[in-house]
Amino acid sequence: MSATLHRREVVKALLENRGGLLVVAGLGSTAWDCTAAGDSDLTFPLWGAMGQAAMTGLGLALARPERRVLVVTGDGEMLMGLGSLATIGVQKPANLTVVVIDNERYGETGMQATHTAHGVDLAAVAKACGFGESRTIVNSSQVGSLRSLIHERPGPHFAAVKVLAERLPLVLPPHDGVHLKDRFRRALPGG
Amino acid sequence: MPPSNWPDEIHRVLAAQRVRIVGYVPDAGHKRLIELCHADAGIRAVPLTTEEEGIGLAAGAWLGGEKTALLMQSSGVGNLINVLGTVKTCRFPLLMIVTMRGEQGEFNPWQLPMGRATAAVLGAMGVSVEAVSSASEAASTIETAVRKAFDAQESIAVLISQRMIGIKSFEEQANQ
Repeated sequence: MSATLHRREVVKALLENRGGLLVVAGLGSTAWDCTAAGDSDLTFPLWGAMGQAAMTGLGLALARPERRVLVVTGDGEMLMGLGSLATIGVQKPANLTVVVIDNERYGETGMQATHTAHGVDLAAVAKACGFGESRTIVNSSQVGSLRSLIHERPGPHFAAVKVLAERLPLVLPPHDGVHLKDRFRRALPGG
Repeated sequence: MPPSNWPDEIHRVLAAQRVRIVGYVPDAGHKRLIELCHADAGIRAVPLTTEEEGIGLAAGAWLGGEKTALLMQSSGVGNLINVLGTVKTCRFPLLMIVTMRGEQGEFNPWQLPMGRATAAVLGAMGVSVEAVSSASEAASTIETAVRKAFDAQESIAVLISQRMIGIKSFEEQANQ
C-alpha cells in the first residue's frame, strides 16, 4: 500500500497545542518538519549523532518523569539505533513516545531506499522490545488518536507513520549546539 | 592482586555528587560498581546495547537537568567516535569511567589494538583523559572528574588501569 500522508502535516498535527511537551527531533528531515511546525525552546533538534534521537528522548524522560516527552525521527535514523528500542523497552518510561516519520528513504542523501522500503517493520520491532502501544499509521484519523498516546496515556509508545517520499523546502532550526542546549535548559524549570 | 574496594569508593562519590543515572555496557572490571548502582535506590542503572546509546542517554538527561555517568570497557570507546562529535559541538558534560583492556596482563590478543588506541581516540574527539593506575587514586580522580564534567561542562574519560582489575585469564573472568 502506498503512503498518502504528508510528513509536514503529520508533524504539525502532532505538535499543535503541544502544552508542556518536550520534543527531541532526529537529524535531517524530521528536524526540518518540527521547525516548520514552529520552532520552540523545548524542541531539541539534532544535527548529528545519527541513531541517538530515541536515546536522547529516554534520557530526558528519565530525568523529567513529570513531563511528556516525544521523539520525532526518521526511519533511517531509527534503523541506525535499533538497539535503543530494546533499551527503552527495558526501562519502560511511561512518559515517552517515539514517532518515526517513515518515508522509506534516506531523504538527505539522495532518496535511497531504507530497510523499511523492503518490509522491515519498525512497529513490530518496538512491540517485540516491550513498548506498550506500537502502531503503524497510514491515515489522518490514526494520526489524531496518536495525539492521545503522546499526551495522555502511560507509555512507552511507538508509532511508525508512513508518509509520502516528498522533496520539501528546508526549514532549518538554529544550528549552534550550545545555544540549542542552553535554551532548552533555560526554558525547562529546574533544568 | 589484593582485593580492593575502589568500586565502592567510586559509587560513594557518584552518589554524593548526585549522579542519578548510570548507563553501562558490562565489563568484568565494572561488575561490582554495576551491582552497587542497581542496588542504590537513588540511581537509575540503565543497561545499554552499545556504548553509543550512553551518549544520547547522558545528553537527554542533561537537557532535563540530571547528571549521568557511563561505564564501559575500552573496546566500547571505539563505538563512540562519531557521537562524541555531538558532545563537543553542544558542549554537553560527559563523565565516562572506562576499564582498560589490552594493557598489562591482557589475555585476549584481539583486545590489544583498541586498548592501545583508546586514549588517542578520546583525545582526537576532544575528550579529556585521566588515567588511574592505583586503587588509592580512584575516588579522588572521579570526584575531580565529576566536578569538571558538570560544573565546567567538560567531557572526561577516567581510564581504570587493567592492573587494578587483575583478571589474568578467560577462566578468571568467567568466575567473576
